[in-house]
Amino acid sequence: MSESKDRSEWTKKTLDPSVKRFPQRQEKFTTSSEIEVEAVYTPEDLEGLDYHERVGYPGEFPYTRGPQPSMYRGRLWTMRQYAGYAGAEESNLRYRYLLEQGQTGLSVAFDLPTQIGYDSDNPLSEGEAGRVGVAIDSIEDMETLFRDIPLNRVSTSMTINATAPILLAMYVVAAKRQGVPLASISGTIQNDVLKEYIARGTYIFPPKPAMKLVTDTFAYCTQYLPKWNFINVSGYHIREAGSDAVQELAFTMANAVAYVRAGLEAGIDIDKLGPQFGFFFVSHNNLFEEVAKFRAARRMWAHVMRDRFNAKDPKSWVLRFHTQTAGSTLTAQQPENNVVRVAIQALAAVLGGTQSLHTCARDEALALPTEQSVQIALRTQQLLAYESGAADTVDPLAGSYYVEWLTNELEARAWKEFDKIEKIGGSLAAIETGYMQREITESAYRYQRRVEEGEQTVVGVNRFTVDEKRSIQILRVDDEVTARQTAKLADLRKRRDAAAVSTSLAGLKQTATSGDNVMPSIVDCVEASATLEEICNVLREVYGEQLQSFI
Amino acid sequence: MVEDKKIRVLVAKPGLDGHDRGAKVVVRALRDAGMEVIYTGIRQTPQTIADAALQEDVDVIGLSSLSGAHMSLFSRVMEELNRRGLGDVVVIAGGIIPDEDHEELKSIGVRAVFGPGSSTQDVAKYIKTAVGAQG
Repeated sequence: MSESKDRSEWTKKTLDPSVKRFPQRQEKFTTSSEIEVEAVYTPEDLEGLDYHERVGYPGEFPYTRGPQPSMYRGRLWTMRQYAGYAGAEESNLRYRYLLEQGQTGLSVAFDLPTQIGYDSDNPLSEGEAGRVGVAIDSIEDMETLFRDIPLNRVSTSMTINATAPILLAMYVVAAKRQGVPLASISGTIQNDVLKEYIARGTYIFPPKPAMKLVTDTFAYCTQYLPKWNFINVSGYHIREAGSDAVQELAFTMANAVAYVRAGLEAGIDIDKLGPQFGFFFVSHNNLFEEVAKFRAARRMWAHVMRDRFNAKDPKSWVLRFHTQTAGSTLTAQQPENNVVRVAIQALAAVLGGTQSLHTCARDEALALPTEQSVQIALRTQQLLAYESGAADTVDPLAGSYYVEWLTNELEARAWKEFDKIEKIGGSLAAIETGYMQREITESAYRYQRRVEEGEQTVVGVNRFTVDEKRSIQILRVDDEVTARQTAKLADLRKRRDAAAVSTSLAGLKQTATSGDNVMPSIVDCVEASATLEEICNVLREVYGEQLQSFI
Repeated sequence: MVEDKKIRVLVAKPGLDGHDRGAKVVVRALRDAGMEVIYTGIRQTPQTIADAALQEDVDVIGLSSLSGAHMSLFSRVMEELNRRGLGDVVVIAGGIIPDEDHEELKSIGVRAVFGPGSSTQDVAKYIKTAVGAQG
């Protein structure tokens, strides 16, 4: 028997006298979402918690403990390093290297012109081609990108949003040309345009037509690509833009609900939509808060889909997600320390039950990662998978008074914020009025103040600093990419059947104007070797452009 | 004499890069430090940035880039500024900019580079000194 009968007695009798003699390091302890943390958690914090209703079993509603029954005992998460730079040639080599190193899925980073619908030879692309990802101008680049990589044997995640329908069409045509049946290809497009207006910035069209393109891809995928996740609703960029964990949960859920509503309005059945939804979260520094966040996200989605949308298929209730460690936490100072940050964040993702994981490389606060630093990042995942034991039992932190309490707390706070957005009129309205953007900027600024006032320690930046002359090797992307892509484009334009190109583009214009699903017409354009920008310009003409951000 | 006149700053994001957390935080911090700050928003061309600098009669321009395109973008901004006779505006930069590029940026007229982990108070202090020395 313990001496104290409850926490308040223990606090008075044991804790307070001890704190008086040995003061705590801080007056108050908080998570990154400014949730105050007690000295200790006990069964009292979980009073009234119905285990079966709120926690349950892995693979069963409400999926708090995980989407599958055996989790990593059956199959480990997919180790998926986000990569792509320069031209399709270089990126293809990097992918083959990663696959040889034991990576199990591909994740394509596109350069900004590709994401915003400009060819590499457009003046606006100057200096940007091949910088933050690979430059893809036409189907020929896409074929080069996956040369000697059978598309029925890998799953491919493509971080592409405003131009997602076009890049998806290119992937489809590349698969066809490899002789691979469409029903067998698996992967995902990010396709989350709402968060582009909120946080990431690669929007092209105004929100309404952009949502129309999203639901066109939904309809196309439910029909032809059953193994494809047609959206990755992303909290990642919201958090990286400065939000806290509660806002990440709430805004992501609000956006997901907006996509479901749009899909339903487009006439797609809820149980056709649900199973092809994917999510994308960050894994940040606060280990327990992050684990709680992942668990809360699963529970929230299960309730959204079952209770709000009346989905009947359990596959529709399950939130499956990709995780990336937090790029914004990486420091340029003492960059080797980032290896440790990433390891802790990756552990949180695994303890939180992620389906796939990208671990950031140590040099990403300086430039794109080198091959060696990517290897360390991948090895971090392999260490977790094969040496740490973290993957050997399902949801190992369940039942921790603290983690269960924090899961409840995050969920409750996220619902409150979610309801606020619903009152504004849902995500679209909240974006158009700048609500989410303002909230995120406020959080980002508060965090910066905490760092500068020393309330928040960043090792190597505001404490434990050294005078250093950085000698870390970084990856340089050759300026030659623009010239090479420009030459390829000129050559393509000479070779291709100009009449077929203009016929296909005219066909797209017609479908886009009529309001029919544009996907089949985009596939026609891609097959005729129309370029990304040519296809995009047709859509710009019909839909207009979003030139200004909303705030 | 510049007493009482608030320092005017233009924070700008040239190119296609949408990472604007840093830019927005700097905007807030400089305002709190008593400056008049205009933020262009993302995806600006060198021409629009130089035009805005001229129209707004700014003392300082802060350029932010995290996409790796800083060398070509910043030098085009500098050209456009010079073309408009704004060669004496204090230009500073922030974002993901490798150390090796700092010298070259300085040679084209970028006065200081504030990389990841920089304190916004240092940015404000730098601006006050640089503008003070000029005024």
